Amino acid sequence: MKPTDINNPNFFHRVVDCQWACPAHTNVPEYIRLIAQGRYDDAYMVNRTSNVFPGILGRTCDRPCEPACRRERVDGTPVAICRLKRVAADLKGDITQRLPKGAETANGKKVACVGAGPASLTVANDLLPLGYEVHIFETALKPGGLMRTNIPSFRLPEEVLDSEIEAIVSMGAQMHYGTEIASMKQLLDNGFDSIFVGSGAPRGKDLELEGRRDGGESRIHIGIDWLQSVAFGHVTEIGKRVLVIGVGNTAMDCCRTARRLGGKDVKIMARRPREYFKASPWELEDAEEEGIEIIVNHAPKRFVIDDGQLVGMEFDIVKWDESATRSQVLDTVIIPCDDVILAIGQENAFTWIERDIGIEFGKWDMPVVDEVTMQSTHPQIYFGGDAAFGPKNIIWAVAHGHEAAISIDNQCQGIPVSDRPPVGMNLINQKMGLTEWSYHNDFNPSPRQQMTHVDLTKRFEDLSLEVELGFSPEQTAREVERCLNCDVEPVFRAQLCIECDACIDVCPVQCLTITENREDELDLRMHLTAPAEALDKLLYVSSTLAQTGRIMVKDENICVHCGLCAERCPTAAWNMEKFVLQLSYAGTSTHKGH
Amino acid sequence: MPSIRKPLIPLAPHATNSLGLTVRDYEGSMSTLCAGCGHDSITAAIVQTFFELDTPPELIAKLSGIGCSSKTPTYFVAGAHGFNSVHGRMPPIVTGANAANRANIHIGISGDGDSLSIGTGHLVHAIRKNVNMVYIIENNGVYGLTKGQFSPTADIGSTTKRGIPNDVPPIDPVELALSLGASFVARGFSGDKKQLIPILKAAVEHHGFALIDVISPCIQFNNHQGSTKSYKYIREHELNEIDSVFLQPSEVITAELPADSSVSITMHDGSKILFRTLPDNYDPRDRNAAINYVNRAKANGEVPTGLLFVDHGLPDIHDLNRTTQEPLINLPFEKLCPGRNELMKFQESFV
Repeated sequence: MKPTDINNPNFFHRVVDCQWACPAHTNVPEYIRLIAQGRYDDAYMVNRTSNVFPGILGRTCDRPCEPACRRERVDGTPVAICRLKRVAADLKGDITQRLPKGAETANGKKVACVGAGPASLTVANDLLPLGYEVHIFETALKPGGLMRTNIPSFRLPEEVLDSEIEAIVSMGAQMHYGTEIASMKQLLDNGFDSIFVGSGAPRGKDLELEGRRDGGESRIHIGIDWLQSVAFGHVTEIGKRVLVIGVGNTAMDCCRTARRLGGKDVKIMARRPREYFKASPWELEDAEEEGIEIIVNHAPKRFVIDDGQLVGMEFDIVKWDESATRSQVLDTVIIPCDDVILAIGQENAFTWIERDIGIEFGKWDMPVVDEVTMQSTHPQIYFGGDAAFGPKNIIWAVAHGHEAAISIDNQCQGIPVSDRPPVGMNLINQKMGLTEWSYHNDFNPSPRQQMTHVDLTKRFEDLSLEVELGFSPEQTAREVERCLNCDVEPVFRAQLCIECDACIDVCPVQCLTITENREDELDLRMHLTAPAEALDKLLYVSSTLAQTGRIMVKDENICVHCGLCAERCPTAAWNMEKFVLQLSYAGTSTHKGH
Repeated sequence: MPSIRKPLIPLAPHATNSLGLTVRDYEGSMSTLCAGCGHDSITAAIVQTFFELDTPPELIAKLSGIGCSSKTPTYFVAGAHGFNSVHGRMPPIVTGANAANRANIHIGISGDGDSLSIGTGHLVHAIRKNVNMVYIIENNGVYGLTKGQFSPTADIGSTTKRGIPNDVPPIDPVELALSLGASFVARGFSGDKKQLIPILKAAVEHHGFALIDVISPCIQFNNHQGSTKSYKYIREHELNEIDSVFLQPSEVITAELPADSSVSITMHDGSKILFRTLPDNYDPRDRNAAINYVNRAKANGEVPTGLLFVDHGLPDIHDLNRTTQEPLINLPFEKLCPGRNELMKFQESFV
């Protein structure tokens, strides 16, 4: 194999599994070390730089970092990264002075953000300090978008939400609450240089039949919203008898999810015969395999409500002509049920965007958006958050916001949007003495700390009482030590190695090998001290060693970053160095000054 | 000394041997030797050897004298018996321990100073008596613990770290052992475990005295330009003609091998070995041939490594002294100490 190019920041970045997995590439190990040192303000600021909403995300994040965490490969449970983030946010002091400030002089460029959710707020956060005039249009009377409407306050206290949003708004964003944008064309005509659409995902269609608003609302669900609630963990159960109205993939997702949440008798109700279903055949098969009953030729007629309770649904049994365009009603039937899920398609959320102004729309009637630049096919219009690629989560919205802000800044400064600022890295020596490091290198075998919750009795007295209490100082102290400091990485300098084997002998996980080079990576992987079977994890391959012409190979999958290889290395060929990823945000581009 | 103990990672992918032990169970405490010391690699090779041989730790007795080398028994097989003797006195202690309990596996770790200066007198007699033990000389050519003076194995012309050459002729432990009639003589290099581990396994299984001279560079005082025992020098001058593979004693496999040809045989573990016919006059037990081979190599400035001589047929300490099969600890007191009457009878037999 060829030697690993360690000048490419991506190599060492991938070793920091949590940071690599985070859409916003938050420097997780760094802030965990800061928390360990009690430097909560610093920990908060490290977080804020990349994810903007540490307090909010510390409670609500989807945590793509945790399944990726190296600790999971070591003892089965990842570091409680998300909850540690919350510790930093909860215990920080007054950081007002350290927050970015709005520019003193305007740069004369105007940007409109549609929607005041996390994506738009991130765009504002990045552009306001550069002197942009940012207008945020929001139909609701308060900012936050889904963070406010879809996350109940017992999970996310309002004051946390308010304070982190206020930090951005107070930089000088011009907020237009209660303002619905009716026309993109008009917005363009209003002289905005760039427009960012962060208005959230399209909503599912409702079915306004008799009985829809007669008391059974809590048992009638809009498919896509309901799935989202399940995904976020807001909904964890459903009645035994469930009717799913619809024949698309969303309907299949709904009925299969319902099966998992306690639905015993789950039926797909379809107006037309099977050959007209929109669901992919395999999705349909999977649903049937799970015992979902599919009933065709039943057209919904009304919701049957008894004493303010949903008890069933009435259908017309229909017969179709050959082309299935016209039908005749044969009979009606009432099918009893506990819940109805409506999966009959999505409202077009972008009715306010004229189709003739240069924005191309693709599949599912979603705009065509570049995944890197967040730019639509119209050079001045950008999308981000759920509006761009459908429902994801807050941390993705933040990542989109940062990228869109770079694009908008480029566009306004006359730099091609595709010209992305470089990603850099620093490697900082961590040696403090002969066998002393600037980080805590010992492996701590403690198990993951359990979150303590408010007593059940208290919980129901006040709906907005936060249920999770957060980690105690003792729990925090234990949990931070579980972090393996993956960013403090053994770096190898082949020209210094004398092949004494000391590193290999001392490695507690057998991740090092000096061996003859092999052309085929798989072959090499099987000929290491311990076979490197996790193919998605990289090998660190050195250049040829001077004395024997062999190579040093490190399996990045299992290293616990204890630094013993570097301690036992007589020539400092191995050394522990802190990898610091240098991400670029709007305004940090090297193009400035063109 | 490392800042931390080698951590025990719960789910590390370590295999277990037939005793259900992992390689980590054969380790000792953390090494306090200098980083990069060859002795640590020998320690690792010993750990691997006992792990792969499925040796119960409680059957191992590890003994040593004084010196950097003699610290190393602490660093392997924590569950073994250990004895750290006075300087150079490890061989007589092993002789006693071995006489008392032939069921144990005795491994003595010594250095070039401990064995060839202060302890030479004891070493030669242990070889003569063919004490059933593994005797490892961790040979670095200097007194590391007293800051790098020449030891008896320093070659003529080899220099100290400050550049002063040695002009006293060295003792070659391999030649010494061969000339004293040792039954197993090998030389290894700490930087080559692929060779060292099979030799160690063979030495553990050998019935009699097994001497292994392991060149083990002193990273602090003897790994420089003027050294003949540095990592670089050994790699440049090593004569490694003898490939070592250790196979567990097992059933006999027979094969026909015509003169001047080779045949590939599948071994019990599924591996294949190519057997080639030897010259007519070749005898692995030819001590003179081994001595000549070592001398010739030395004259060419080469350091021959590998299993250089072995003779399974020689009587060991137990054969020579007709010791009891049963370890003394298992004998009843009456048998160990038959009493006054028996003593009187015994003495009368001389009258």
